[in-house]
Amino acid sequence: MTQNAQTPDLAGPDLFQIAGKNYNSRLLVGTGKYKDFTETRAAIDASGAEIITVAIRRVNIGQTAGEPSLLDYLPPSEFTYLPNTAGCYSSEDAIRTLRLARELLDDHRLVKLEVLGDPNTLYPNVRETLKAAEVLVKEGFDVMVYTSDDPIIARELEQIGCCAIMPLASLIGSGMGILNPWNLRLIIEQSSVPVLVDAGVGTASDAAIGMELGCDGVLMNTAIAGARDPIRMARAMKLAVEAGRDAYLAGRMPRKLYSGDPSSPLQGLIATQ
Amino acid sequence: MLQLSINGEAKTFAGPLTVTTLIEQLGFAGKRVALERNGEIVPRSQHAAIELADGDVLELVVAVGGG
Repeated sequence: MTQNAQTPDLAGPDLFQIAGKNYNSRLLVGTGKYKDFTETRAAIDASGAEIITVAIRRVNIGQTAGEPSLLDYLPPSEFTYLPNTAGCYSSEDAIRTLRLARELLDDHRLVKLEVLGDPNTLYPNVRETLKAAEVLVKEGFDVMVYTSDDPIIARELEQIGCCAIMPLASLIGSGMGILNPWNLRLIIEQSSVPVLVDAGVGTASDAAIGMELGCDGVLMNTAIAGARDPIRMARAMKLAVEAGRDAYLAGRMPRKLYSGDPSSPLQGLIATQ
Repeated sequence: MLQLSINGEAKTFAGPLTVTTLIEQLGFAGKRVALERNGEIVPRSQHAAIELADGDVLELVVAVGGG
């Protein structure tokens, strides 16, 4: 496994850049599935995330007017919003949703594109994803794109101009962890834009493994919101992403079946051999 | 009277009606919403100027929790 030839000084910042903007946190979190907005806010604070995903939905006429909204609890002045296209099964729907998001969030350009292909698995439809990415990039969006862990598709998405490639670790909401680390590794090695694991993270070790592989970040929702204690899991994820990043930068020792080379010195042994 | 389709629901309003007035009447004044009219986004800067017409199909959206 390779790692950066030059690693940032331990005392210095290890900034994560997306679409020309620097972030301290490499953990991106969703805002869905929490029991209420208070819990959402507490979990996101514990995660340390600076980029948060949101969905765009029809207002519930006659039922939601006057109620507090997500934006009241998570003001766009404090977080970088990442509107997504969750639930879209065609490039047209995804493009339409993100155009509305741009208007909703005052000409906001950073978006998460995902186009699904199957309602049972929520597996991405890469053909529709590619079509939508082309249009959105031409319209000036900064597209972080959710996709399968196919290195060829990842390269095409980068060539189109997506600002981050976000392959799945395993299926959305499955919590199955990283099923194919070698494909992720191939994508990381060929990409000149950030690569983030998106979907499938179940617990902190999954996030750490993604970062140890060399991912630039991890995006998750259910792993935190679906935990018995979401706030504690949010903190665990924050620490796991930081630990995984440090381990990647530090460079792991080589794997050996056995070494015959103990850590303690052989000279001065008290025991007689 | 104006017959409008809002988020797939048929609604009747007294006219004339601008986008701003409609949003107020629906209870979303001051809230961050985006509106699409007959497939075209109406920029917020034009909400006060655009008068709705009978038969308009509108989509009114907000940001909600999601991953």
